[in-house]
Amino acid sequence: MRGDRSGNAMATTHTKSLARAMMAPAVIVLLIWMIVPLAMTLYFSTLNYTLYNPFSTPFVGFENYSYFLTDPTFLAALANTLVLVLGVLAITVGGGILIALLLDQDFYGVNIVRLLVIAPFFVMPTVAALVWKNMMMNPVYGVIGQLLQAVGLAPIDWMTEVPLLSIVIIVAWQWLPFATLILLTALQSLSMDQKEAAEMDGAKALSIFWYITLPHMSRAITVVILIQTIFLLSIYAEILVTTQGGPGSQSTNITYLVAQQATSYGDIGAASAGGIVAVILANIVAIFLVRLIGKNLDA
Amino acid sequence: MRFSMLTASAVALIAVAATSAQAQTTLTIGTVNNSDMIRMQGLTPEFEKAHPDIKLNWVTLEENILRQRVTTDIATGGGQFDVMTIGTYEVPIWAKQEWLKPLDGLGDEYDVDDLIPAIRSALSNDGKLYAAPFYAESVLTLYRKDLFEKAGLTMPEKPTWDFIAEAAEKVTDKDAGVYGICLRGKPGWGENMGFLGNMAREFGANYFDADWKPQFESEGWKKAVTLYVDLMTKYGPPGAASNGFNENLQLFGQGKCGMWIDASVAASFVTDPKQSQVPDQVGFGAAPCGIEGCPNDGFNWLWAWSLAIPNSSQKAEAAQTFISWATSKEYLELVAEKEGWANVPPGTRTSLYENPKYTEAAPFAGATLNAIQHADPSPTDDKPYYGLQFAAIPEFQGLGTAVGQQMAAALSGSTSVEQALSQAQAIATREMTRGGYIKN
Amino acid sequence: MARNVSTGRKIGTTALAWFVGLVIFFPILWTFLTSFKTELQAISIPPVFVGFDWTLENYQTIQTQSNYFHFMANSIYLSLGSTALGLIVAVPAAWAMAFSPTKRTKDILLWMLSTKMLPAVGVLIPVYLMFIKFGLLDSRLGLIVVLFLINLPIIVWMLYTYFKEIPGEILEAARMDGASLRKEITQVLAPMAVPGIASTVLLNVILSWNEAFWTLNLTTSNAAPLTAFIASFSSPQGNFYAKLSAASMLAIAPILIVGWFSQKQLVRGLTFGAVK
Repeated sequence: MRGDRSGNAMATTHTKSLARAMMAPAVIVLLIWMIVPLAMTLYFSTLNYTLYNPFSTPFVGFENYSYFLTDPTFLAALANTLVLVLGVLAITVGGGILIALLLDQDFYGVNIVRLLVIAPFFVMPTVAALVWKNMMMNPVYGVIGQLLQAVGLAPIDWMTEVPLLSIVIIVAWQWLPFATLILLTALQSLSMDQKEAAEMDGAKALSIFWYITLPHMSRAITVVILIQTIFLLSIYAEILVTTQGGPGSQSTNITYLVAQQATSYGDIGAASAGGIVAVILANIVAIFLVRLIGKNLDA
Repeated sequence: MRFSMLTASAVALIAVAATSAQAQTTLTIGTVNNSDMIRMQGLTPEFEKAHPDIKLNWVTLEENILRQRVTTDIATGGGQFDVMTIGTYEVPIWAKQEWLKPLDGLGDEYDVDDLIPAIRSALSNDGKLYAAPFYAESVLTLYRKDLFEKAGLTMPEKPTWDFIAEAAEKVTDKDAGVYGICLRGKPGWGENMGFLGNMAREFGANYFDADWKPQFESEGWKKAVTLYVDLMTKYGPPGAASNGFNENLQLFGQGKCGMWIDASVAASFVTDPKQSQVPDQVGFGAAPCGIEGCPNDGFNWLWAWSLAIPNSSQKAEAAQTFISWATSKEYLELVAEKEGWANVPPGTRTSLYENPKYTEAAPFAGATLNAIQHADPSPTDDKPYYGLQFAAIPEFQGLGTAVGQQMAAALSGSTSVEQALSQAQAIATREMTRGGYIKN
Repeated sequence: MARNVSTGRKIGTTALAWFVGLVIFFPILWTFLTSFKTELQAISIPPVFVGFDWTLENYQTIQTQSNYFHFMANSIYLSLGSTALGLIVAVPAAWAMAFSPTKRTKDILLWMLSTKMLPAVGVLIPVYLMFIKFGLLDSRLGLIVVLFLINLPIIVWMLYTYFKEIPGEILEAARMDGASLRKEITQVLAPMAVPGIASTVLLNVILSWNEAFWTLNLTTSNAAPLTAFIASFSSPQGNFYAKLSAASMLAIAPILIVGWFSQKQLVRGLTFGAVK
């Protein structure tokens, strides 16, 4: 870390106002992008507004909120959202560390293996979901089912028996390369000297990993968690394409629940209330993340 | 090859840019990626040849995405589409909202009276036609003649659900990969609820009673869903809870199903040697009944994919010209000429079923017409809504899908039938109360 | 690490690494293979791996049904357009944050990121209504703006972490030497910032290319990118695995190839300040 720049000679009044001017466009457009739809959403969330009756939208106060919050699937959706985010984080961070350690070794074809591992990151979410649902996880024609049958096991009906796990697997597959690459970069920046010094001291591989490698990667792990959480909270396409939230509500997350209000009920009032609830929940998560970062990612 | 494709498309792009400058009308048509629509898209040059002043611009999307897209657009007056492909569920609701233009300029030769009356009335409101049917369907019991023969079974003229259950047991041979019965399980108001709504009617139950009270805990629904889950668990294929129409079509075409009760339009696919491995072995039975004297003789399913013009379109005249072409007798002949009579879009015109060339080429013609003619979706004393396998109210889309999720949960075994139905009842009551149908 | 590794161990590592790599890559490989099968071979049991009659018929069918190049051109327009717009706005902002940080810089950064947590579906109708009002539906411009906005926080943050690595002392030294502001930027800073900008561009192109909510809901045909192309083939009637595979390959191939060729640049910027 370098020293605090605000104290150095650059921070004259002149450069400060210049800095403000340079930041202004980004801040202003994001403010507009956030506030205008948010304000409209807040407004809609107090109206009885459905697509089927767009001309009569009486004010109903908090009715949409109580309707959305008392939805019998709301709590399940909340729990599913958490499972989805934490499950994917666990797989990608855990798997990412292991694969990064592996890729850090010396072996034949390291460059090609790197290309293979990074590939899922470039795949569109809808394509990933379609490919996994049909060609991988279909119990009759899917590759996994056929493999299981080949070794004498019963094929798993992924989308109905373990819907949430299926989605976790699909999403984790998409994000594993991202985690692996960041962690690998961090790993490669670990100086040889540190490790060698430890080896000289007779430390075992496991304790080197535990006391030297892992702490060194902690910052990278924080970054992976932060960036992925932002994307994972709003998973939608993968659910729409595969389970559509079911069976029952076993794989419905908050985003999907909100989407249902808008797309299948045409209930803009309830969808707006749901959107506001989702924003509040996301901000609670954000506060946690900020705490985490405050400790670990001192900007 | 690649280079030539690139140049070709560049030329095409330039051509599009150049022609749009002329006095040409470009129609944007939103449609579903079903086989018959893809075929229609393929016949674009024929239309454009006959109408050089109109260009067609296709937006072909998967059903759910298309529905979301067109509903958002029409409800907000976005005006992105000139022709929309919608079903018998949307037409009465949208016509009432005055979102659709009445089709009064289809031309003298169109012969509106030739449309099958059940379909025509399904697409009309106050005597005015709001959408023209592209193809229509009711429900049939498709079965494998060879497997039935082997098991010593004959499909009765009017099968009962008891017979279906017996046949499913006898035909099932899991070691050979043959499942006695394939039914829809994929949740959705137009997927598993299409089938289950029809089946519940066969047991005498509706979605709502005369006071709009949901009926999921009635005797008819209980019997229907219990039997459905029982049959599918014992004799159905694995993964049934994620099988929709397409998946079952695939399974049946692969020779994996003994019976399949579904939309009559399936008949033309499973008898097509290009898509099916058992084209000559398919028999067409009537829809089963669960109780004595069940409504509509069991044919409680009516659907027509139809073409309509949103009020926001500025090109209504050209759009009517197109719709008139796509749903005309001449279009049927055009398809017959190119693809054979068995592949023409079924279920819309009486004259098609009087045409010996069609009835000869399509062994399912009689069964389909019979089914469509029997299906009567009009409201009755104990059924306040329009529709059979659906209820044509805006709330049904969301409600039906949420209920469908519960049915899928029951099918997958994660809840009991009893629980699923009481959940369904709770969900439906909640929505109907919110919608103002049930007064507190 | 390259030292003192026995050949035996290296072979073992090689086998393990290749196994892991192939397992991760398998879905894409399988899609690739399936795209050259006939529909019936695509669902044959047991599955055929390479011993089938390779055919291009799926690609031909798809091209006759929808003009792939139209969708691909739109994907290119949208991802490059939104990235360019993003850079114009984000570079100065990130620059200011990195070189004249204040107490609030970190708060602003995190606030920007938090705007990404707004669930898109919740604001679809408001945005759709605004698009109608400004006549932006199905226009590339409208989508470029939306994609720019949803990715802007990521761009700003990535650039910020990169610029922060540029030592301020160099700037001061250049200034002492009497370098003009222009010289300062073109000769001292640009060379140091370019790698970071390059990887930001790559990441943003990938994210825009794969964005499937707004691109599907705000386009009809003129501006529709490859995400809409895929939606035409996602579950049609009848057997569709082979055609879906071909369409999938067409949709991901351009970005996969770009990503593979530029992975070194991409990886450098992907650290988001994770490495000190």
